[in-house]
Amino acid sequence: MQLTERHKQYWNINLRITGILLAIWFVATFVMGWYARELNEITFLGPLGFYMSAQGSLIIYVLIIWYYARYMNNLDKEYGVHEGELE
Amino acid sequence: MATQTSSHKQFLANLKRYYTFYTGGFVAFVVLVGILEQMGVPNKILGYMFLFATIALYAGIGFMSKTSDVGEYYVAGRRVPALFNGMATGADWMSAASFIGMAGTLYLSGYDGLAFVLGWTGGYCLVALFLAPYLRKFGQFTIPDFLGARFGGHLPRFIGVVAAITCSFTYVIAQIYGVGLITARFTGLEFEIGVFVGLAGILVCSFLGGMKAVTWTQVAQYIILIVAYMIPVVWLSVKHTGNPIPQISAYSTALPQVTALEKEFNDKATVKGAAEETVRAIFRERAAVADAKLKGLEAGKDAYLAEEKAKVAAKVADLKAATPPADPKAIEAAEKALKDFPVDVAAAKAAWTKDKGIGARAAPVKAHAEPFPATGKTPEEVEKNRSIAKKNFLALVMCLMVGTAALPHILMRYYTTPSVHEARVSVFWSLFFIFLLYFTAPALAILAKYEVYSSLVGSSFSALPAWVSNWAAVDKTLMSISDINKDGIVQLAEIVIGGDLIVLATPEIAGLPYVISGLVAAGGLAAALSTADGLLLTIANAMSHDLYYKMIDPNASTIRRLAVSKGLLVVVALVAAYVTSLKPGDILFLVGAAFSLAASAFFPALVCGVFWRRANYFGAVLGMTLGLGVCAYYMYMTYPFFGVNAPKWWDMNPIAAGTFGIPVGFLGVIIGSLITKAPSQEIQEMVDNVRYPSLDGTVSAGSAGH
Repeated sequence: MQLTERHKQYWNINLRITGILLAIWFVATFVMGWYARELNEITFLGPLGFYMSAQGSLIIYVLIIWYYARYMNNLDKEYGVHEGELE
Repeated sequence: MATQTSSHKQFLANLKRYYTFYTGGFVAFVVLVGILEQMGVPNKILGYMFLFATIALYAGIGFMSKTSDVGEYYVAGRRVPALFNGMATGADWMSAASFIGMAGTLYLSGYDGLAFVLGWTGGYCLVALFLAPYLRKFGQFTIPDFLGARFGGHLPRFIGVVAAITCSFTYVIAQIYGVGLITARFTGLEFEIGVFVGLAGILVCSFLGGMKAVTWTQVAQYIILIVAYMIPVVWLSVKHTGNPIPQISAYSTALPQVTALEKEFNDKATVKGAAEETVRAIFRERAAVADAKLKGLEAGKDAYLAEEKAKVAAKVADLKAATPPADPKAIEAAEKALKDFPVDVAAAKAAWTKDKGIGARAAPVKAHAEPFPATGKTPEEVEKNRSIAKKNFLALVMCLMVGTAALPHILMRYYTTPSVHEARVSVFWSLFFIFLLYFTAPALAILAKYEVYSSLVGSSFSALPAWVSNWAAVDKTLMSISDINKDGIVQLAEIVIGGDLIVLATPEIAGLPYVISGLVAAGGLAAALSTADGLLLTIANAMSHDLYYKMIDPNASTIRRLAVSKGLLVVVALVAAYVTSLKPGDILFLVGAAFSLAASAFFPALVCGVFWRRANYFGAVLGMTLGLGVCAYYMYMTYPFFGVNAPKWWDMNPIAAGTFGIPVGFLGVIIGSLITKAPSQEIQEMVDNVRYPSLDGTVSAGSAGH
């Protein structure tokens, strides 16, 4: 089937949100990891660099996935590409 | 549509009711065993009760879920609600290594161990953003299915089958090993028998009902494993800090004290530090003696060995002839030393190199919370080693994450949800349930360390805590403690702890009755069995569905397909159990290797398949082969087990071989696609179709019956 402009717009928005969330994931993992020693100078529930890798980044991951599911569900409905009422 | 909606709701409500009853029943069972313990039933019987009750339970669920429908067998009928698929994925994901090994790894290696925590959770972001919803929309049965349909031709599917079998088989061996270990420890059965008892539990479940049975069993297993993990940790946290939330108390209360004690142990000016130093001095001296002997051996060969042997023999003679008579124990020790004296130069070299290794125990205490600790002779060398450590840490995290998003037994689970939306929500629940265990493990490691540093160190050898003497008696590799400097007081350097001890001994450290230890063993068994189930099913499906049905005999009847699948399942399970009983090499490396291999083989092709319309047959073949090839080649060249020991590329450890495999895989897909013509219109339309949950407002049920 031929895709409409609206379909293309939906995909572009999907790519954008995917990119943004991926950037957050990257910072929470690799930037935090790279500067773990420096972050350890700050104290938040123990040394921050250690805390982030043991717990903080994990919470960010859960939130990223939660937000993506919610955002995409709304986007599906807005652009009329959602599946029937199954829930 | 309306009837489907209400039946789905009804199904969900029923499931919630069943599993609530089930959880209640399990708690009642634990209480019952607790009462039996108080009545004086021996621990061994209680261990058997846990083992057989849980395996019978899984078998029961498997039996009730028996099916002869292809859609039910391969993808549980695609009606597993997000929440339950999340729990099943959690159990599928968390293996014996996560349940028993993780906290121990963190205890032993501090910050460096967090690479596993980060990698095995953050990977789900990639699953959610790049794969799960699209694979669900595609809606077939296996991961090679997607490769076959998206890139056309048999070759991409075949490479997918080979890669899926390679990494799943590597991984399943580690699981069956865990099953054997736990069964053996808690029932006293032989390791080899334990392997087969556990295997029976795995097979009864997946054999009858395929994915459907595995799914509902995994939900049950998740509940057991998370309850078993949490109870002792919460108890320990309350006992030490008065705070019932270990994830807070470990950082706010225990970690600062652990850090303070680490400093004290390393400071020779303090009482504890001075005592540690006396132990370390003994280790250094022993290492120096061994080193001197090794040098002598290098120079004098056989003559030196004979000379050394004569010295040992002379000592025995001296002791025997001494007046007044020497201590009989000393004579016995000297005679033993003579009896155990290495027979030839090679044996002597091995034995003395091992003795020299004891020098490692003279090293100062590692700071638990310090990232990338490094040593070196000059500040520049320290800095260089530190940057190597940092690079390897981040590379390992990346390989584990990408590997998570490429392991077929996990990706396959997202085929089982009723819709794309549910698949997205299901990734959230998956990570949430996994997170519950993974953010507890670092806290447990700190709490256990606090117990060891503050209570065990400094206690008297004549009054060791019960858990220490119990475990030291059971297994020397898990707990070994001896008074090296003969001062009657425990120093940290005198204790050697095996990683697996931390989780296994937590109930005793927290002063809980044996019933909780049994519960922890049941939890570890649930973790190992559930992962083994998922992996065996993946391997059997790749062979029966992709290889047999899709490539060899597309006209096979449904009955025949299921019969082939079930037959293969038994064969694969037996082969895996046989390989496991040979106890092959380093389990942790096997697990790491599975991740790097999966990451290099699958991730580039899968992601490009969805996000790049232009990716085609040749690109996929080139990318997957090169990715897998480079990764396997680097492991072969650098991992000591293979004996090549080629120089490393950019100081990268073999476990992180995916660092090279993944980019090469992407390059292969891109270059291979660009130098050949674009995929057909039909395939491009399929890509569009996968990208949108629905182009016509209906739920894509997949082709469950075909």
